[in-house]
Amino acid sequence: MSAFSNIVTILKKELRSYFNSPLAYVLIVIFLLAAQGFAFLFGGVFERQEASLTESFFFWHPWLFMVLAPALGMRLWSEEQRLGTMELLLTMPVAPWHAIVGKFLAASVIIFLALALTFPIWMTISYLGKPDHGVIFAGYCASFLLGTSFLAVTSAVSAFTRSQVVAFVIAVAVCLLLILAGFPPVVQFLNEFRFGEMVAAFGVLTHFNELAKGILVLRDVFFFLSVTGFCLYFTAVVLKSKRA
Amino acid sequence: MIQVKNLTKHFGPKAAVQDVSFEVKRGEVLGFLGPNGAGKSTTMRMITGYIPPTSGEVWVAGLDMLEKPIEAKRRIGYLPENAPLYSDLTVESFLSFIAEMRGLRGADGKKAVNHAVDTCFLGTVRQQSVDTLSKGFRHRTCLAQAILHDPEILIMDEPTDGLDPNQKHEVRGLIKRMGEEKAIIFSTHILEEVEAACTRAIIISNGSIVANGTPEELKAKADGAGAVRFSLEGVAAAQLREEIGKLAAVRSVQVLSQNAQGLRGLALPYPGRGAELGNELFRYAVERKAVVREISPQEGRLDEVFRKITTSDTP
Repeated sequence: MSAFSNIVTILKKELRSYFNSPLAYVLIVIFLLAAQGFAFLFGGVFERQEASLTESFFFWHPWLFMVLAPALGMRLWSEEQRLGTMELLLTMPVAPWHAIVGKFLAASVIIFLALALTFPIWMTISYLGKPDHGVIFAGYCASFLLGTSFLAVTSAVSAFTRSQVVAFVIAVAVCLLLILAGFPPVVQFLNEFRFGEMVAAFGVLTHFNELAKGILVLRDVFFFLSVTGFCLYFTAVVLKSKRA
Repeated sequence: MIQVKNLTKHFGPKAAVQDVSFEVKRGEVLGFLGPNGAGKSTTMRMITGYIPPTSGEVWVAGLDMLEKPIEAKRRIGYLPENAPLYSDLTVESFLSFIAEMRGLRGADGKKAVNHAVDTCFLGTVRQQSVDTLSKGFRHRTCLAQAILHDPEILIMDEPTDGLDPNQKHEVRGLIKRMGEEKAIIFSTHILEEVEAACTRAIIISNGSIVANGTPEELKAKADGAGAVRFSLEGVAAAQLREEIGKLAAVRSVQVLSQNAQGLRGLALPYPGRGAELGNELFRYAVERKAVVREISPQEGRLDEVFRKITTSDTP
């Protein structure tokens, strides 16, 4: 049995779980309403008079994913521990990392779906003007990378606890810290002590904004991928230490 | 098939399992007995590779669980305590998921699921969501999961917990049938289950094995084992009592009931002389021309042994 087919099996089962419960639908609908609502109400898609989604639409995504990714991912490992199914899963002939990656990918698929379903705003902006489609595509990529790295954070947090609520609250707090580290007012404040830029390097906003502007810098992509990779690895460490 | 060598598990400073060693061969059904918190579940979790032992070895079908966990886990079917299930799946999709995890895809997977559903009588709830199932069905769904890939080794943590008497009987029968060609370990609190289904039993207390043998061997350890119940008439009760008490093999006589006709009692033997005792009693009755209503040797009772072993050695 290859690692790949194990991961696909777990991914399929997780997706079925997500769509058998209202959770996936609810979160996707909330994301769609909020993402487009913020863009039109506060982002000023029309008032800006420019064919771009960077400032009006993608601007809000870190704040949306700060809440939605933990809501989506809080059940990943805390539910397994509460139900005791972790004992089933980890006595199957699969390596723990197959399960960790499979579950993470399933939740990522839902983030992908949610983002894909915002396509009307892309159509609208294309109808009204001549946007740079490359930049918009980059914005979507940035948003997906950001959402999935928040998911990975949630996966690691949920490995600590049997309670979904606790997992949610702590994951939101961690995501908020990651955002604030790159939030301009915070960076300015910290600059007075000369380490604003250093902290900002760990902030997701710094990297997200660069990417969303259409500047595809390897460093920023690498940042998100390494946050994701580290958090998934950390999930494995936590799960292992819990069983020892 | 299963070899456990000097298995030890510490949780912090507390030793949950201490130096446990045993072996289970193909065709054996091993009953795992012990009070709550004795270390039964912890031992089973180590054998199935869920938690790593602090020290010691687990060999499954010739594979070292610590060195080759994936290969070893493939040979095992495991029913964890409390029968955990994914609550947002149907019975069918849950079992299909397990089949795929076990590498049974397509037609093989369908066949395996069908077989498991039939064996565990799940036909009526097949399309039902797991969280709407009654406890008995939940348990059997989890059991179906364990036997789905027809494993050589089955490990079950309280397989009959929460079942009604009919279902218990059914599961015991199933264990006994499967035990003919597999190696099975199951834990239980119910002692009659051990007599009904096991070829061998281990009693574990405070993390250590305190008894290991066939149910018959264990029963022989009971205080009452080898005693003979008798009921003689036609001789005065007091006389009977005194004279039987003087027989060579008799350690003491317990009176169960007495009346004008005679005496009903229990003759307890000196250790190891249970076999003589029956004969002596019979010869005595003939000699005294007493009417023999009953002379029956008693088997020890497993619950007596259990209580004796698991309470006496606690410091």
